[in-house]
Amino acid sequence: MFRPLTFSAVHFPSVTEAHPIKEHDTMAIEVRIPTILRSYTGGAKVVEGAGDTLGDLLTDLDSRHAGLRARLVTDAGALHRFVNVYVNDEDVRFLGALDAKLNDGDSVTILPAVAGGAFGFAAAAAISQHRAAAAAISQHRAAAAAISQHRAAAAAISQHRAAAAAVAPRGARSAVDAR
Amino acid sequence: MLSIDRSIVEAIVAHARRDHPDEACGVVAGPAGSDTPTRHIPMDNAARSMTFYEFDSMEQLRLWREMDDRDEEPVVIYHSHTATEAYPSRTDVSFAGEPGAHYLLVSTRESDTEEIRSFRIVDGVVTEEPVRIVDAAVDPHAVQSYMFGQSPATVDYECSGR
Repeated sequence: MFRPLTFSAVHFPSVTEAHPIKEHDTMAIEVRIPTILRSYTGGAKVVEGAGDTLGDLLTDLDSRHAGLRARLVTDAGALHRFVNVYVNDEDVRFLGALDAKLNDGDSVTILPAVAGGAFGFAAAAAISQHRAAAAAISQHRAAAAAISQHRAAAAAISQHRAAAAAVAPRGARSAVDAR
Repeated sequence: MLSIDRSIVEAIVAHARRDHPDEACGVVAGPAGSDTPTRHIPMDNAARSMTFYEFDSMEQLRLWREMDDRDEEPVVIYHSHTATEAYPSRTDVSFAGEPGAHYLLVSTRESDTEEIRSFRIVDGVVTEEPVRIVDAAVDPHAVQSYMFGQSPATVDYECSGR
């Protein structure tokens, strides 16, 4: 079959024109704002922002929605105990909290933590203060760090095993697995 | 004032009794803007404590998204106090993050009677409000859907047969 070159030469550019490459991808993270914080966003339920980490994103949002960041981050610089923040489907407390990495197209959801209870002793007063919250968060972080170290170690071990299994003759493999 | 169907209150009390002496917690969702609680969702107390409750953050995310999809809001957020009165503690006030919700407290400290009270908690200010318990104030089909369950999250009621 013969197709004149001129046909494709004319046809091709029109295809690329129909799907232009987006040039304004710097504001590509969607952030869902809970009712209680919509006073900072002019009532908007969803706003957009940019940042490589959650901390960067909140700083960026605060430049347009002044005061929002202070409701989410304590004076000590930790994520507040009274809010839950999610990146896509994960609680950021398990992703490094404010250090959680973000990518274009991610969706961040902020919800007020629903908690409380009768415990009204000294601890109740303490938990309403930022220090307690910061301590709780740093424990969370330590736990998250421990988990990721553990994961890294597990990955290293399984790589080691795979390497050992590849090298070892069949009879020796069970000795490797038994470790 | 909070108007709430008797069958929903009974389901909340049953939940609180079931989890006693730990605190129980949950939500009654309703159509956005209606101020009418129609769909009872008992939540896990992730703290599993006699003096503290906390929604599991992932369960909460799922429910809040579901409510969003259904154009619902958390009309009632409830929890139990198992050894003290049904009045918001300082912790309750610190955490209260849904200014539009009725915060319903159930005290199960007495084994034969329940104390049920409702509060608005806005900007740290607690305001008690009357609770009107009504029979079939809501669409009876909505009540049935809660009784028999539409999703795994809403099935679990001892009260459904009573």
